[in-house]
Amino acid sequence: MKKFRKIFEKFIEGVLFSSSTITSLTVILIIVFLFREGIGLFQSSPLEKNFVITVSKQNPVQELDATQVKAIFNQDITNWSKVGGANDSIILFTTSDIATYYTEEEIGANFEFLPKKLNDFIVSHPGAIMYVSGKSLPPGFNGHKIKVKDITVSNFIFGKQWYPTSDPIPSFGIWPMIIGTLMVTLGALLFAIPLGIATAIFMAEVADIRIRNILKPVVELLSGIPSVVFGFFGLIVIVPLIQQMFHLIVGETVLAGSLVLGIMALPTIITITEDSLRTTPQALKEASLALGATRWQTLVRVVIPYAKSGISTAIILGIGRAIGETMAVLMVTGNASNIPHSFLVPTRTIPATIAAELGEAPYGGLHFKALFALGIVLFLFTIIINFTVEFIKNSKQRT
Amino acid sequence: MIQAEAKNINVWYGDFHALKDISMTFEPNTVTALIGPSGCGKSTFLRLFNRMNDLISNFRLEGLITVDGQNIYSKEAKIDEIRKGIGMVFQKPNPFPKSIFENVAYGLRVNGINDRKTIQETVERSLRQAALWDEVKDDLKKSAMSISGGQQQRLCIARALAVQPRLILMDEPASALDPISTAKIEELIFELKKSYTILIVTHNLQQAGRISDYTGFFYLGDMVEHDLTKKIFLNPSNERTQNYITGRFG
Amino acid sequence: MTKKRLIQRIAFITFGLISLMVVGILFAILGFIAIRGIHVVNWEFLTAMPEDGMTKGGIFPAIVGTGCLVLGSIIFAFPIGVLSGIYTNEYLKDSWLKRFIRMMTNNLAGIPSIVFGLFGMALFVNYLKFGDSIIAGSLTLGLLTLPVVIRTTEEALKSVDNTLRLGSYALGATKLQTIRRVVLPVAYPNIITGLILSIGRVSGETAPILFTVAAYFLPKLPSSLSDQVMALPYHLYVLATSGTNMEETRPMAYGTAFVLIAIVLIINTAASLLRRYLNKKVKMD
Ligand SMILES: Nc1ncnc2c1ncn2[C@@H]1O[C@H](COP(=O)(O)OP(=O)(O)O)[C@@H](O)[C@H]1O
Ligand SMILES: [Mg+2]
Repeated sequence: MKKFRKIFEKFIEGVLFSSSTITSLTVILIIVFLFREGIGLFQSSPLEKNFVITVSKQNPVQELDATQVKAIFNQDITNWSKVGGANDSIILFTTSDIATYYTEEEIGANFEFLPKKLNDFIVSHPGAIMYVSGKSLPPGFNGHKIKVKDITVSNFIFGKQWYPTSDPIPSFGIWPMIIGTLMVTLGALLFAIPLGIATAIFMAEVADIRIRNILKPVVELLSGIPSVVFGFFGLIVIVPLIQQMFHLIVGETVLAGSLVLGIMALPTIITITEDSLRTTPQALKEASLALGATRWQTLVRVVIPYAKSGISTAIILGIGRAIGETMAVLMVTGNASNIPHSFLVPTRTIPATIAAELGEAPYGGLHFKALFALGIVLFLFTIIINFTVEFIKNSKQRT
Repeated sequence: MIQAEAKNINVWYGDFHALKDISMTFEPNTVTALIGPSGCGKSTFLRLFNRMNDLISNFRLEGLITVDGQNIYSKEAKIDEIRKGIGMVFQKPNPFPKSIFENVAYGLRVNGINDRKTIQETVERSLRQAALWDEVKDDLKKSAMSISGGQQQRLCIARALAVQPRLILMDEPASALDPISTAKIEELIFELKKSYTILIVTHNLQQAGRISDYTGFFYLGDMVEHDLTKKIFLNPSNERTQNYITGRFG
Repeated sequence: MTKKRLIQRIAFITFGLISLMVVGILFAILGFIAIRGIHVVNWEFLTAMPEDGMTKGGIFPAIVGTGCLVLGSIIFAFPIGVLSGIYTNEYLKDSWLKRFIRMMTNNLAGIPSIVFGLFGMALFVNYLKFGDSIIAGSLTLGLLTLPVVIRTTEEALKSVDNTLRLGSYALGATKLQTIRRVVLPVAYPNIITGLILSIGRVSGETAPILFTVAAYFLPKLPSSLSDQVMALPYHLYVLATSGTNMEETRPMAYGTAFVLIAIVLIINTAASLLRRYLNKKVKMD
């Protein structure tokens, strides 16, 4: 009987232990799957699958990077000498241009002569650059493929353009989004930190118990309102207000995002700050008051210094809340993918981009991978935040 | 002459009647020990003199408390000025998590004294009075948390002395300390008596006998007997005092 | 008045006004949506299918969908979360393992909900081939809720007076017996209320369900776990941003927002009433 009891207890302990491993497992799985889907972006040519860029056999250019290809097809670069070739002007050619050079009969009703005509074209136009399906090139084609350099991490992070679906080459530069995310977050904090800390101080140190009993549920409710509702409220009330106040064409701006996010970060900041203010020992407060300090002096000189690591944690978690928030920001910031130069222009953030575009990105394509890579960036942001909080906690315990 | 006085004091915490019609007077340059079993209201009584009980939301007071003839609960009394004039030392040493120097300087700074020389002089004088100067004079910048418990308690005394109080309240100041530190604190109290009036709560009867001139015995919210310490210990007039002194309860 | 008292007065009044402003913000949001939404919400709105490009009819399938997702996620997250909380608080001594598990739980809690959405899509929808389905959405939401449940449980257990445990051991009870008969009976009111509050959070999440289950427009009820569903928060997003006829869908949006807020209000009130009731009961026993 006793033995059975013991085995039973061990069994239950095993069950409990397995449950407690789930969170760690999930974190690990999240890392694995984000990388599994996202890392592919950095090992692939930025060209769509099956498509190639070719030039004439005589053309000495072997390799281009994505920005050069883009510049060429945007006609920002018009001469081969700019990209290491001969002094010869560049002739653009994509499949749809075929009709301008050849008649329908020449190509054939079912495009059966297309490969041959492509060959004719490259022979007659040595300065051409062609963006065509690799399958439509004939054997013995009189040209060579241009190797397009893979997308690099630094292209991705520091690239200033995000055109995930443009032809012939998409651009996946997330710099504008990083800046957008940081600006929206910064604005939110400028608003939420003073308000949040002041409210927390009022609740913990100034208000009597009745007023606190009103404020506490208010803060809880505020944290319970779904983010779409904040977004909706922002869209209907805050966005038009900003538009009118600053006479803008659109009210969907960094500022709108900051205000909405600021409101959403308030409960986090208030709750954690208040909790940490409350950890100040009564004995320290009494010692200060007994020396003739006012409550305010006691607050500034004793309570806040004592709680400062808790307050920093509150702020950092507030940042985390703001950086990761998706729906509300998506609804009020206008989603323009340029670098915002003020608080009164539209912008887009990392999470909002994922939410807005993942539905349209074909599974396994470059765009899809790029969005997972964005997820990795966002994940790294939050890991940094979590470790900072962890670090603050530990260094507090040591002193 | 009277330094401090309590007149017909009644205190309630909500419905709980914690102090019942207490009147006592305290002469200057004396030490009065407040003794009695725990929960009898000693701390409550002591904390009336610097209005520390005002922090408790269901606290209610009737009666008159005067220090130097001033009614400290009157409408005109400014609570921070009252508290500045009355030092307090707590049961557990509670230095601020700042340097030793800043702990002693704290009372000056919050009362608007910023002159560096004044502060330095006061810090040194207070630490000397608290018999701590020789031990810490080279470590004034060190954190107050890094010295021993006994030293911390003397630091807290120095901190209270720095604002030159008229009256010093001590709530079981040695109960958290080892015997050697306790002896040092007792010695110090004896010295301080020359310049200050001291009220001290203690549950240690020997201690009360050693250091106090007067003793007040509290029991269940009543002040049973208040007299010269010698009288209380050798020849109490009340039977309950007698029983407590001889250790029959408490 | 001296200078320091004047400063105190000014500071406290400022802080009071700021707190009042925070209250004001909450009531502005609640009031705005209540005033515009309340006449939209009636029996038909709650029980009818959306019609005419979502400009008419009701939100019944979204309510049912959110109900399914909440149910699915809590069936998964509550048991695992509570068991995990019991293990870390009651069984683990202060060790690297405890710190590690705590750290991982905190990490999980800090991960943005859109990343959960990505993860749910990659693992449940694509890798495990569940497709866009209630099961994929529920599991994603469940993982998101897990840290909340664990923390709630741990907090509740922490607040149980340790002398109770020691008393039980002193009588020869085993660990499990102590937990079952002494610790949980004291802690459960706070655990239950925490769990109820987490339901409120799950029902309002949008980002995690975007790519795992939510349907834009699907005027029928789900018949199996592998069906897609509409969900209230996503429905509000759709109504607010991408309707073909914004002016006419607006009332529907207000109504949906009202329902979402009502859910949160009801859940918060229910939780605090229940906490009061249960705590009283625990004390009486
Ligand atoms: N904040 C308070 N609220 C309610 N009752 C209190 C409070 N503080 C003390 N009491 C009660 O008042 C009585 C006297 O307390 P106290 O003055 O601390 O006693 P002593 O210091 O003699 O041990 C005790 O019964 C105590 O329970
Ligand atoms: Mg006491």
